Amino acid sequence: MRLHGTHIKLTERSLYSVDVKMSVELDVFVGNTTIMDKEVYQLWLNGYTVNDAVKVRIEGGVMEECEASAEVLLSDTMDQYRTFQMCERLLHHPAKLANQLLFQIPPDRQAMLIERYYAFDDSFVREVLGKKLSKGTKKDLDDVSIKTGITLKSCRRQFDNFKRVFKVVEELKGPLVENIRQHFLLPDQLARDYAAIVFFANHRFETGKKKLQYLTFQDFAFCAGQLINNWTVGAVDNMMEDMDVDLDKEFLQDLKDLKILITDKDLLDQHKNLVCTALRGKTNVFNEMEANFKNLSRGLVNIAAKLINAKDVRDFFIDLVEKFIEPCRSDKLTSIDVNLYLTHYTNSAHILDTFKHHAVWTRYMGVIKSCILRMYHD
Amino acid sequence: MPGKLKAKIVAGRHLPVMDRASDLTDAFVEVKFGNTTFKTDVYPKSLNPQWNSEWFKFEVDDEDLQDEPLQITVLDHDTYSANDAIGKVYIDIDPLLCSEAATVISGWLPIYDTIHGIRGEINVLVKVDLFNDLNRFRQSSCGVKFFCTTSIPRCYRAVMVHGFVEELVVNEDPEYQWIDRIRTPRASNEARQRLIFLMSGELQRKIGLKVLEMGGNAVVGYLQCFDLEGESGLVVRAIGTACTLEKISTFPATATHPNNSSPSKDMKEPGFGEEAPGVPLSSGPPTPLRAQTFSSFSPSKSYSRQSSSSDTELSLTPKTGMGSGGSAGKEAGPLKALLRQQTQSALEQREYPFFTLTAFPPGFLLHVGGVVSARSVKLLDRIHNPDEPETRDAWWEEIRQEIKSHAKALGCHAVVGYSESTSICEEVCILSASGTAAVLSSRFMQDGPLDTEHRFEEVVSPGCGFCHIPYDELNIPFPAQLTYCYCCRRYKVPDVLFTTIDLPTEANVTGKGCLIQARLCRTKKKAQGEGNATAISSLLPFLEYELHTQLMNKLKLRGMNALFGLRIQISVGETMLLGLASATGVYLTALPSPGGIQIAGKTPSDITYEQHISTMQKKINDTIDKNKELYEINPPEVVEEIIGSPIPEPRQRSRLFRSHSESSDEVSELDLSHGKKDAFVLEIDDTDAVEDIHALLTDSPTPAGFYSCNTEIMPGIQNWTSAIQMFTSVRVFRLNANLTNQGLNKIFSDLCENLLKSLYFKLRSMVPCCLCHLNFTVAIPEDELIQVAVTAVAMSFDKEQPLENGKQSGEKTLIKAITENDEQLQFNLELNAETSSHNPLSSPKGLSEVGSHLSARDRCSSWIEQLKLKAHTIRRGSVKTTSSLEKASPLPEGRSRSLRSNRSYSGSSVAVVKMTPLSFIPGAKIIKYLGIINMFFIRETSSLREEGGVSGFLHTFIAEVFAMVRAHVAALGGNAVVSYSMKECVFMENPNKNQAQCLINVSGDAVIFVRESELESTSVQTQSATTHTSNGGEGT
Repeated sequence: MRLHGTHIKLTERSLYSVDVKMSVELDVFVGNTTIMDKEVYQLWLNGYTVNDAVKVRIEGGVMEECEASAEVLLSDTMDQYRTFQMCERLLHHPAKLANQLLFQIPPDRQAMLIERYYAFDDSFVREVLGKKLSKGTKKDLDDVSIKTGITLKSCRRQFDNFKRVFKVVEELKGPLVENIRQHFLLPDQLARDYAAIVFFANHRFETGKKKLQYLTFQDFAFCAGQLINNWTVGAVDNMMEDMDVDLDKEFLQDLKDLKILITDKDLLDQHKNLVCTALRGKTNVFNEMEANFKNLSRGLVNIAAKLINAKDVRDFFIDLVEKFIEPCRSDKLTSIDVNLYLTHYTNSAHILDTFKHHAVWTRYMGVIKSCILRMYHD
Repeated sequence: MPGKLKAKIVAGRHLPVMDRASDLTDAFVEVKFGNTTFKTDVYPKSLNPQWNSEWFKFEVDDEDLQDEPLQITVLDHDTYSANDAIGKVYIDIDPLLCSEAATVISGWLPIYDTIHGIRGEINVLVKVDLFNDLNRFRQSSCGVKFFCTTSIPRCYRAVMVHGFVEELVVNEDPEYQWIDRIRTPRASNEARQRLIFLMSGELQRKIGLKVLEMGGNAVVGYLQCFDLEGESGLVVRAIGTACTLEKISTFPATATHPNNSSPSKDMKEPGFGEEAPGVPLSSGPPTPLRAQTFSSFSPSKSYSRQSSSSDTELSLTPKTGMGSGGSAGKEAGPLKALLRQQTQSALEQREYPFFTLTAFPPGFLLHVGGVVSARSVKLLDRIHNPDEPETRDAWWEEIRQEIKSHAKALGCHAVVGYSESTSICEEVCILSASGTAAVLSSRFMQDGPLDTEHRFEEVVSPGCGFCHIPYDELNIPFPAQLTYCYCCRRYKVPDVLFTTIDLPTEANVTGKGCLIQARLCRTKKKAQGEGNATAISSLLPFLEYELHTQLMNKLKLRGMNALFGLRIQISVGETMLLGLASATGVYLTALPSPGGIQIAGKTPSDITYEQHISTMQKKINDTIDKNKELYEINPPEVVEEIIGSPIPEPRQRSRLFRSHSESSDEVSELDLSHGKKDAFVLEIDDTDAVEDIHALLTDSPTPAGFYSCNTEIMPGIQNWTSAIQMFTSVRVFRLNANLTNQGLNKIFSDLCENLLKSLYFKLRSMVPCCLCHLNFTVAIPEDELIQVAVTAVAMSFDKEQPLENGKQSGEKTLIKAITENDEQLQFNLELNAETSSHNPLSSPKGLSEVGSHLSARDRCSSWIEQLKLKAHTIRRGSVKTTSSLEKASPLPEGRSRSLRSNRSYSGSSVAVVKMTPLSFIPGAKIIKYLGIINMFFIRETSSLREEGGVSGFLHTFIAEVFAMVRAHVAALGGNAVVSYSMKECVFMENPNKNQAQCLINVSGDAVIFVRESELESTSVQTQSATTHTSNGGEGT
């Protein structure tokens, strides 16, 4: 027979030895319905080696529960790992999982597999958020792994997921979140998170600076959602001709017009008076607000005016922190104060007689307000 | 021009990238049937091509339609070089040739390549237009239905069971042809796959012809196997049971209509018998053959038929019979006997009165004698004319004759649950056949008397009748204990019963059953040719004997008294022989309670030794007690006086009067044997016995919530849920050291145990559940390697219902299941209910055939003596089998059980294909059989490491095979495969070359099922119609 030429025994081939007299060379279990253990799946996703996974399982007490031996556990874990590896190819294109024929997996299981495969650690995503999803970044993942305590394998999976989603939606038209949900069959919240990640990666927002460290991924994801829903082309134009990924260039251009609020001395004073009148008696920190008004207003309007430059877009969050959040915090404003201030600041501008850019102002300040409020941790 | 085959190629999807530059593929399709090939257009630059081709039409003979598969090849067009093949799809169009099966094949089928595995899918449409052409001399057997199921398929009714059909075809193995040296592995694999498809088709056609000749229209229990003989060729062989089936109307209400089931109408069908072609009837004494097979290996025969000694450890059980075992009393007795003679003669006219069925229409199986088996060792390099089937035919004929004569020795005229297998190692081939000797009713056979039979049959209670010994008590082939049946107290039963069939649905069983395995490993010296064959031949009887002892011990340790579904596999390697016997142990209420196991020391001088013995004894006793509790075996205690002189309950009296035994001498004789009260004794001076005890005690019990069996149903479990999980698990072990027999044994036993433990662990989420149809296959693929493959189905059930409840639903479903098979039961039951109060026996028919039985007995006697002799030489004096009688009882109301539950389930909307090795799907009703699935695949790799090593490679391949089976079933319009089995899994590896190859052969029946909940409205009627009759059937 062709395969039976000379055979030399290779001991390292064996999967595991039961004892000195016998070793298992091959060990497979295939069910008509593919059996997948959620716990083992999680261990696999977390990048545990088979042996580590077996240890974790033993500690978890599954052996006592089911009258199993370590050997049985090892065999099961290896088998499951193999199944997951075979499925991984399909998980890269979740839509395929539903109409592939190789594994018969019930729909609820499929959803679980996909959701967990695309789930990520917040601590990991904070490290790569806003970074270019390039090979260079991938190379640095071992540092991320050490820093976060997440296995390199898991880091790589998460990174590759980001990159894969990015690549797919980059080419697509239409609403970002919907595209992600449809292409990767993710639940709504996860799809939104991915939209944020893609959006951040696309604009390369700076999120790693020390001043931004206090912000969680969910803070950024919220802000990204605001930007996507209000500042992109898709936000105003339902024709779905363009993507949600890019900010509305026209809008950014228009933002420059807001500069009048700080360049026109009369307008600036008028705005300040209106805001102060409205705030008087409603807060303990009125004096600080009054004193800081011009400074804060300049900060916000300057951010708006600069957004036309891609480079300045990257600094959007650091600018918000430096130009607005930090000054407010040093004045000990509570988030209620900030909310009050921003509300009147936004509304008062509409009363100014010479200010004409109401639409742009509303579109800009709506997002700024909700972002700042989210980022303003007391 | 009897047929037009039409195929349309619709689309492809998930195709592999064939052009690296564009990351796309320019795919087109070749459609080939016979020598005609059509091509589609090239669909450029797409991984999801839409060909939407015209209908390709092939005008062909129906003979070709049966033999040839439709071959679909997907290729990548290449302008400059040769087109690259992406993969192939073989479509067996046989299901389309039968009007009652599928009408169209339509769906996504995986494109398969022997090197790369599945590479995308193709959507095809296939139809066949058949023209009737009745005048021709038929070469084809279109329209004959094939079923893998070893019982009468669920939506059919057996009008007649004609009997055994077999066929064998031989061809040169493409892998051993000279051309194999120059062609690619892919070409070689494809040649082989194609050849086996062709041979399977031819085989099926030929078997179909035989069925038509017999007057049948279907083959049930179709078992096809192939033998890779190597240089001498490739054999595809099949056996089956020819039947005439009638479709039961899909509406259950009409199915119960009694007019339909009129037996006399059924019997008018033309049948097989007179015109049995070929081989003369077995009128010649079987003795010469036996003499030959018992002789030691004698290579000097006239021509190539170098039959070596074929060993026969026949009838593993001590089973016995008395001449009129099932007779129904003074009047009925002789008549009954006569009828049996008649049936027997009907069967004797057949070349082989064998039935591959393991479950029977009610009333068909009258008595069970015990297991009969025969083995023979042959040398493949001595086949004179390897390309012709004659030599192999002769080999099998020899074995079958032996089986037939064994059955006769047990007073039986038929063999049921019959199967054949081989094990090949280099040039040595062990041929094995086994079955269960039985006495059958003539009811489904053509020449049975029509009017009388029912009256006789209904007298024998269905719950215990099959246990009654079929053979003459005075001529017991083995020393065995006979007692009066613990159910009816009228007929004698053996102390232990071994069978290869499924537990009859109507059998009275106490408690639950369990899987029992005997495992044995024996070293053997490396040898060549005749010497090797002789060595193997001389080892075989010991192997079988020890397997038998192990089974017996384990059975007793579990407090049980009968084995069902016994399957003994002997596998041969260069340096060892493996024996694995699997069966399902149960406690048959009709049989006596098994005695315990007693250990005896030979030299009772040493005190520590005595202590050692007593601790062992205690351990054993504890285990027996524990097992009895575990399996709920608690037959009510019974006063011993009752035994032998049954005091009938008033209800039964009328019948019991009739059943007065014909000879009072026999009774007294029997009573004597009851007096001896000794247990099963094991002497532990005997090293084998130590080993036995060890093996007994190392078998760990199944974890809580699990049950296991290798039969279709598990007694004591009724309320299955719809959750089923079919699985295949394969392990290969390497033995690292030179081991003694004992060491080997332990390792082999451990690895089987560990495999089971792994299965339990894997399936823990299904608890409470039962692993049904656990089918172990062992092989020795290479020196020092042991391969164990298991296919089974795990089925969840609901926690115990209150007993009353459970029994009731069991009864109902039992009846329901039966009516599905055969509504004759109803007729019968009604009769039963009516006649339980008066004597219906009066028919004087069938008196003319008294002689045949006697002559048969004479013929057998000579070899029975031989057999006895042999039994004595093998049997060591230290082992005695007896039964203890303190615990025994008639449990006439034996708990009825059924595999099917009435529970309704909400149907799932997911398009899934269920697979199960069983013939049914719990909670569902099979409404249509779409045809047989018989697929053969080869997979090869030269990048073993890259594919995840041997485990990764095989895991993928098995998953692919499942996927292809499911896809083909779905394309036929089905949603399940029943009676699925993986008949072959030949795995070879050469890690040094980074290569591996695997061949897998699977089969099953594609069906459409509907959930019972969906049928509820219609089935209510049926139930109400059948429930009242069930009382008559159960009351024994």
